[in-house]
Order: sequence, then structure tokens, then C-alpha cells
Amino acid sequence: MTATVDRPYQLTLHPIHAVFLAGTIPLFLGAALSDIAYAYSYQIQWSNFSSWLIAGGLVFAGLAIVAALLGLTHAEGRGRRGGIYLALLLATWVLGFINALVHAKDAWAMMPMGLILSVIVTVLACAATGVRFSGRRVGGAQ
Amino acid sequence: MNSPSLVSILAVSVMLSACSDNDQASVKYGPEPTLPEQQRGLLPNMTIAEPALWGDQLPTVPQNYRITAIATDLKIPRQTLLLPNGDILVAEGRGGNASKLKPKDVIAGYIKAQGNTSVKGGNRLTLLRDSDNDGTYEEQVVFAEDLNAPYGLALVGNKLYVANQDALVRFDYQEGQTRASGPPVKVTDLPSEINHHWTKPLAASTDGRYLYVGIGSNSNITERGMEAEVDRAMIWQIDAETGAHKPYATGVRNPTALTIQPGTNRLWAVANERDELGQDLVPDYLTSVREGGFYGWPYSYWGQNVDPRVRPQNPAKVAEAIAPDYALGAHVAALGVDFSSESMGVDFADGVFVGEHGSWNRKDPVGYKVVFVPFSNGRPSGEPVDFVSGFRGEDGKTRGRPVGVTVDPRGALIIADDLSNTVWRVTPTQ
Repeated sequence: MTATVDRPYQLTLHPIHAVFLAGTIPLFLGAALSDIAYAYSYQIQWSNFSSWLIAGGLVFAGLAIVAALLGLTHAEGRGRRGGIYLALLLATWVLGFINALVHAKDAWAMMPMGLILSVIVTVLACAATGVRFSGRRVGGAQ
Repeated sequence: MNSPSLVSILAVSVMLSACSDNDQASVKYGPEPTLPEQQRGLLPNMTIAEPALWGDQLPTVPQNYRITAIATDLKIPRQTLLLPNGDILVAEGRGGNASKLKPKDVIAGYIKAQGNTSVKGGNRLTLLRDSDNDGTYEEQVVFAEDLNAPYGLALVGNKLYVANQDALVRFDYQEGQTRASGPPVKVTDLPSEINHHWTKPLAASTDGRYLYVGIGSNSNITERGMEAEVDRAMIWQIDAETGAHKPYATGVRNPTALTIQPGTNRLWAVANERDELGQDLVPDYLTSVREGGFYGWPYSYWGQNVDPRVRPQNPAKVAEAIAPDYALGAHVAALGVDFSSESMGVDFADGVFVGEHGSWNRKDPVGYKVVFVPFSNGRPSGEPVDFVSGFRGEDGKTRGRPVGVTVDPRGALIIADDLSNTVWRVTPTQ
């Protein structure tokens, strides 16, 4: 006789929410790396790349915020971790937006503030993602 | 997350956007303008002209002068040329094919378009004729078409030169002609890749041997890369016969109009300087052009004031940069220049007229008028005086934007207005 343990499958995150959130790290990280490349090479194309990557990061982070706010109304997103996650994501977006404005300055005028902000925003995006994805484990309780 | 640095970043940003210069003692015009600290908040200052129709209104002119619209419904008139028989040629068009590189370009392009005409550029020359000398130009005919954003115009003998945005071309011209006899002949190609600043002003030396063409930079301050700036931000001297050319002066960010000073035969230019260093930086200028002179762009402005936005920097070039002769004020966007003559009346006989298209990158708009810079002994000798104003009304609406100015030796100033698509004529009434 075989005993089956029937654990209820529980989503850690809605797939769409997960995609938006997962997109933020590579986009903001890409921007930070492009900024570093610009700082070393003075090749302006890197700063163009980084401006668009930041714009993309803002779109993804923005949609993730919307998803998180919707998630908060459900059981899965509640609790202290949910709050920290949302706060981190909001900080990512706000500083990311300021960074987009800094990157709109012509040529070297975006430096060094643009690079500093890109690094901070990347770290924030990583933190938000880390907190959210480690928030709940399949079938497990915290 | 390092919150102290975050706070300081925000604080710095707020400070940057909050600070503004209210220095009343600052000198805006002349040979030694006050150059305030460089300043750029998180958002650049922008105030876009809100276009409106003239209706019954007219631009304002000094007492004892009269202004009339001598041609309307043009297709973006830019520069004008007086022909020996009194006919006026008008170059019409809009150029540039700069791609949008950053999200900023997409947004700024949209905003700036709000302050310009929505008419499509004519890519043609229109001829205006006043046969009976009554000040009404009853004939308005197309002299030549299928040009490519024509701007600079010059007549040397029976040759009419037109600076398209991509080439200097030549028509044969007979006095009295109202239509070009055929397509133009190319004298030489002009730098036209990207063409961020596309206007190609033109002047001919008094003996007709050389033509001078201004070529604007391909960016505000190298944000399209140094490679895009080859053969840009300079004035070429072109052999009229052969088309052979050399840089005559360099480092002139955007030379927008050129003219030859009567008597001295020296080349003069108005040029537009760089943006996003503050509301009162950097002054646009009027200057005599020194052969071989380097005027700073992109490395420095107004002589040797280093622009930190340019990398790699070039201290050797900064050291050789010369300051222009006369500041017209920051962001006025001088687009036209011509020397006056006795026929303009005693108060405006010795000096230059400058057409100021007007600012878009300043909280309090400036320009939007034609000023007169008085001269004595061949040099600028005082503050600019408003000659034609009222293009931007008290109501904050903009009805016109002056571009090219041309003095008719018979006693008139011809002004091209590329917002209302009008050519204005100002004459002394006595």
C-alpha cells in the first residue's frame, strides 16, 4: 500500500507578478554595467543603452508594484514581509525614476550621480526580489 | 541600502532645482558678460512658446517706423536675400534628420514641436516683387523648388548660391528673372550626417572669390559622440570656382547667420551657444570671425571656461580658445544678422540687426524680437536696442518667431518669421 502525502500546491507569486519582478534585476543591472562601461570608455552609446535599460526597468518595476498592490488584497501578499517587499520596490522605482532624469543630462553631466544611483537601484531591486521570492516556500509555513 | 547617501542625493537634487540666480548686477550683453555658475537641476527649464495667430495685431516697431506683412502663407521662411532690382528671395524649409537616441529625445522632441509651426517645409525659394515701388509686394512666385532645406543665400554677379542642408548649389541668375532657368549645379557637398543643427548660413566675400558656410554642431554638447562632430561646429571657406574648402574658424557651436561688414570686408557671425548649464549660461553671441580662430566648442565657452560635460577633455584646445566679441544674452537663439545702412534712419544707421528666434529652455522666455546692436568705429558700442518686438505678447502667447534679417539698401528691414510663415518689412516713415 502506498501512502500519498497530499500537500496543497501554493503559488509563491502569481506568474505574471513573478515575471515583472524578475525583469527588474537584469534591466537595472544592465544599466549599472553600461554606466561603468561609459565611465571607462567615454563611448556615449553606453549611456544611451543605460537610459533605455532604466526606462525598461521602470516599466517592469512599475508593473510589479501594481501586481504587489493587487497581491496585498489577497492572503498571499500580506504580512510584514509583504510590506517590506512593497517598500523596497517603491524605493527602487522612485530612485530609478530620479536616475532616469539624471541620465537625461547631456554627455558626462550624468556622472557620477548616474552611476551611483544605478548601483543603488540595482541593489534595491535585488533586495526586493530576494525578499519576495524567499517570502513563502511551496507548501511550507514560515 | 545606504540611507544617508540617499538622503543627501535627494537634498542635493532639491537644492539644485531650487537655486536660481537673481543677481541684478549681472551683465547680459556686450564684450564681457557675467558668466554665472553652471547649474542644472533634475529637470531642465523649459517654457515653450504657445503659438497664436496675429489677427489684427502687428509686431511693435519704434516710433516713426512702420511694419507690414509683405508675404504670408509661406512654407517656413528662414533667410532672405535682396536682389539688385529690389526683388526678395525667401528660402523656405525645415531640415535635420537626427535620430532619437534617448528617451529624453522622444519627450523633448514632442515638447519643442509645440512651439513651432506645423506647416511642412517648402524646400523652395519664393521670389517677392514690388513692381511699382509702393511697398506692397504684389508678386509672390516660386523661384526654385525641390531643394533640400535651403537656408543660406548669396548672390555673386550672375550666380545665385544656395546652401541646402546637404550641399552648396548654384543657379545662374539674370536680373529680373522670376523663375530659375534650370536645376542648380552643385558646388560642393556640405556635412549633413545626422544634421542635429542643420541650418547652413552663407555669405560671399566682397570680391566674390570665397563663400563662407556655417556648419552647426551635431549635438548640444557631444551627447551624440565625438565621432559625430567631425567637420561640425565650424565655418568653412569655400572657393566659389572650384568648391575646394577649408575650415575658416572652428569651435563655433552653431553659427546661424553670416554677413560681411561693409567697409572692412570682415566676416561676422551670430552663433547659438550650449544649453543645460543654466538660465543665464551660455550667452549666444555676435562676433567678427577670426581666420583660424577656435571659439571653444565643445571644450570650453566664452573663451576658456571649461565645460565639464565633455569627455575626454582637451586642455590644449581650451588654452587656444578665444572669446567672441559681443554677448547677445543666453538662449535668445540669434538666427539672423545683417549690417544696417544710412537708409534705415539716423538712430539705426550704424550697427547690426539681429533676429532672435526666442528661447525654449528658460523659465522666463527671452528673444522673440529683432534687436539692433549699435556700432561705432566698426565695433559694437552699446547695449542692444529692441527694434521689432511683440512677437511674444503680454498674454504669453507667441505670434511670430524672427529668423533671417536683411537690410534693403533702399531703406527697409526684411524679417522672415517661421512661426506665422510671414515676411515682414519695416520701413522708416520719414
